[in-house]
Amino acid sequence: MQWEIVIGLEIHAQLSTKTKIFSGASTAFGAEPNTQADAVSIALPGVLPVLNKGAVERAIKFGLATGAHIAPRSVFARKNYFYPDLPKGYQISQMDLPVVGKGELTIHVPAVGKEQPYEKVVRLTRAHLEEDAGKSLHEDFHGMTGIDLNRAGTPLLEIVSEPDMRSAAEAIAYAKSLHTLVRWIGICDGNMQEGSFRCDVNVSVRRPGGELGTRREIKNLNSFKFMQQAIDYEVQWQIDTLENGGKIQQATVLFNPDTGETRSMRSKEEAHDYRYFPDPDLLPLEIGKEWIEQLRATMPELPRSKQLRYVNELGLSAYDAATLTASREMADFFEATLQAVPKDAKACANWIMGEVSAQLNRDNLEMPQCPITPQQLGGMLSRIVDGTISNSGAKEVFRTMWSEGGAADEIIEAKGLKQVSDAGALEAMVDEIIAANADKVAEYRSGKDKLFGFFVGLAMKASKGKANPAQMNEILKKKLAG
Amino acid sequence: MINSSLKQLSGQLAAKKISSVELTQFYLDRINKLNPELNAYITLNAETSLGQARAADARLAQGKGEALTGIPFAQKDIFCAKGWRTTCGSKMLETFVSPYDAHVISQFNNAGAVNLGKTNMDEFAMGSSNETSYFGKVKNPWNLKAVPGGSSGGTAAAVAARLCAAATGTDTGGSIRQPAALCGISGLKPTYGVVSRYGMIAFASSLDQAGPMARSAEDLALMLNVMAGFDERDSTSLQRDKEDYSRSLEQPLQGLRIGLPREFFGEGLSADVGKAVAAAIDEYKKLGATIVDISLPNSRLSIPVYYVLAPAEASSNLSRFDGVRYGHRAAEYGDLAQMYEKSRSEGFGEEVKRRIMIGTYVLSHGYYDAYYLKAQKIRRLIAQDFVEAYKHCDVIMGPTSPTTAFNLGEKGDDPVQMYLSDIYTIAVNLAGLPGMSIPCGFGANGMPVGLQIVGNYFDEARMLNVAHQYQLATDHHVRAPQGI
Amino acid sequence: MSLTTDDVKKVASLARLAMTDAEIQAAHAQMSSIFGLIEEMQAVNTDGIEPMAHAQDLAQRLREDVVSETSQRELFQSVAPQVERGLYLVPQVIE
Repeated sequence: MQWEIVIGLEIHAQLSTKTKIFSGASTAFGAEPNTQADAVSIALPGVLPVLNKGAVERAIKFGLATGAHIAPRSVFARKNYFYPDLPKGYQISQMDLPVVGKGELTIHVPAVGKEQPYEKVVRLTRAHLEEDAGKSLHEDFHGMTGIDLNRAGTPLLEIVSEPDMRSAAEAIAYAKSLHTLVRWIGICDGNMQEGSFRCDVNVSVRRPGGELGTRREIKNLNSFKFMQQAIDYEVQWQIDTLENGGKIQQATVLFNPDTGETRSMRSKEEAHDYRYFPDPDLLPLEIGKEWIEQLRATMPELPRSKQLRYVNELGLSAYDAATLTASREMADFFEATLQAVPKDAKACANWIMGEVSAQLNRDNLEMPQCPITPQQLGGMLSRIVDGTISNSGAKEVFRTMWSEGGAADEIIEAKGLKQVSDAGALEAMVDEIIAANADKVAEYRSGKDKLFGFFVGLAMKASKGKANPAQMNEILKKKLAG
Repeated sequence: MINSSLKQLSGQLAAKKISSVELTQFYLDRINKLNPELNAYITLNAETSLGQARAADARLAQGKGEALTGIPFAQKDIFCAKGWRTTCGSKMLETFVSPYDAHVISQFNNAGAVNLGKTNMDEFAMGSSNETSYFGKVKNPWNLKAVPGGSSGGTAAAVAARLCAAATGTDTGGSIRQPAALCGISGLKPTYGVVSRYGMIAFASSLDQAGPMARSAEDLALMLNVMAGFDERDSTSLQRDKEDYSRSLEQPLQGLRIGLPREFFGEGLSADVGKAVAAAIDEYKKLGATIVDISLPNSRLSIPVYYVLAPAEASSNLSRFDGVRYGHRAAEYGDLAQMYEKSRSEGFGEEVKRRIMIGTYVLSHGYYDAYYLKAQKIRRLIAQDFVEAYKHCDVIMGPTSPTTAFNLGEKGDDPVQMYLSDIYTIAVNLAGLPGMSIPCGFGANGMPVGLQIVGNYFDEARMLNVAHQYQLATDHHVRAPQGI
Repeated sequence: MSLTTDDVKKVASLARLAMTDAEIQAAHAQMSSIFGLIEEMQAVNTDGIEPMAHAQDLAQRLREDVVSETSQRELFQSVAPQVERGLYLVPQVIE
């Protein structure tokens, strides 16, 4: 029997502000425990929250990037529960009136197996501002847990999607698109190891067209690989459970990367009752049109717009366009390189997605650390286009640029990589070869076509490898034909 | 000296007729003598106080003194003061030494004032008799069998017994005005947002407001000059131009329109209080005021609304007291849940627990609309009544409390009876308006009666003027309890 | 809406207050009488009335994103019940 998978995501993006959402304590990662836990972060009696403008700006930018409604008036609420890493006994969040309303994100789902890649629009329910909790350290405190409140109060944007995803691939494509987008617009550093981008995945299964099944929420996934594994496991578990006549209970589950399994969190003695109410310490957040327009003017061209432009104006495939816009640095690199060879977008794209990406991977570098500049690469590409160097010559230029630096022209000169494209010189070479190998020429002319390669070899040898291969082939063919 | 006004003390300090150290020592000696009986103070720190006094003397010697420099004030133990134990009247904070200063404390420190000590209060400001304090009951200096009122009962008793020049209080539902009335002193709760709440341990955040308690309106004005002002650390602090609250003290009251709400003079008001208030109104007529009959029809709902909103906010505000980062932690516990439950159950007193439970209940799933949201809607109706009333009058007057000070233990077992003693004060907090209480005579039992004066938003200077003119014409406020 | 002792138990648990059965009974009686007072609200027609959350009808003021705090860990932890190596210690948290 068929099952349909239904997935919705809640993603917590840590906003890249210098300070916490409600106080002037630093948010820098990796400080000594509790050294960035100021009076507000540890919730001393009597302290009060004051909202960080930088956090609000980032939320607005997100709203602009997803075509969402930005609330002219939104409200902060307290979510009450006790937990040692939650110093106030409540989290300041947004409930009824979030800062960002409905939006959407177009995702590119890559080919899986025999399926074709495709695009899909995922609807965003809302995005709201809230504060992060601290961290519990479970090891090595003679049976007790240590609490570090450095992270407490770090601003988060919780981005909630509609349950629009129908496969793990779609869920991951969505998470990756969002991950790209938040870094693209500079609101989150996207560092998943450090917990800057955490995904909660709501999974349920149903009969196609049937009513939504009961969902279970996989909490705190911090890598796309784990997300894939967790969803796969969870979906199979739910299907097995239902097919064996069981029922799914709504639950929060954790993914264990060691076993590849999801398991339900220890059930609480009582159901959660967060007792939300508007925080009396904070007034309504009002966002005027003017502020929104100011920020809109600072927004970069978004990935989606670039993708459409690459396909429609540059003739690239949707796959190439999506790959080149996987990060803003990649797209910027591509566009800067393209300036040197504006008519050869495909070659430009191939080099960046091929050699450049591969070499970055091998050297374990990110695009911003790329040792060659778009100007260098563009210089080289234009020498390929104008026939100065062959593709194999270009590879050598590229390797040299990468390890030693230098402009393409200098390297071509220094290494003598310039192709011979002078027709007269090439013809003279061919004439000499024909004269010196009369017997082979006769064999060739009598039908032994395979000998063509032999002549090519001789010609390349004669030109010391610098002959323009296409041109040389043409001349050889013509002369050998007699 | 114990009856000198702040202005007089300031003059004597400036003229070197007395030093701040002498004045501070004088009050410390009085406290040592009288406090064991009254229990108005929870914490004293003579060395710190005298150190501040020496600094004040040095500052005065340089001619850099301000209006309050060198004068010893007491601080309600709800204000965090760096290096001072700050208990909020609770076992929960019995050993909590604050690592920082509240805005109000900084303001007094910057003015060169001396902190004499921290005054007793109802636990977490929840109470109207000062009987919920973990540090024991406070006695009313006018009658040691009577309550001083609450929650700023320690402050009221200390001011009435001349154990400080003046002191601070906080008012969430009447906690400045009611004890001021019951102890025969003057107290002002400013417009919500005028005094920063930063460092003031929160009870009900949308209602809490700090204010001065003293022996005269003139003293209140000088204190409010120091306490008021914008503070960027409190999101609800109002950005307004600095004002001199004593600027209009001397204005005559000719033409003043006093609104008397019918609802404040009906059933429940004891006859002696009603009589004293009526006499005060007559005095105002002599001073040139006219009387306007007004109505605050929704004010009768202020107690139900308050006992939803304040506990709801409190239940959340008091969640931070969990025994993890500061405050009481149970000596013995098994797991985390037990650590929480035992620490909180041991650390909080009965009234605090009761309000946490009410607040938790009204916010819990399925009840929010019926209680919290409903109460917020009626809160608006109550506030609108005042807007309507101020179209017809300049200030509103009435009794501060329905009775004079009741006896210790009298209302102990019945929270509802206790809650009703704030019936005239709570609406003012719900609306966020400024309100004050000044002595206006004595009841049948010889205990002080308070006249409540409620002003429109930001009308503190006008209210102080109205109170000061009355105090020029009468002598209720200069009366001291017997033996003091 | 009448309050049951089960409600009181649930509320005590939500508020992390340990209470004996006798305390629950007493709290039930007192809370019931307080809710008797509170129920007066239900008779009021509040249709179309905007809830009032704050005394002043103002918007939130925003703080510039500038670091203003330095570490005061030692001072802050001097009042903590139990700390080790800069961490607050609590009984083991089990997820």
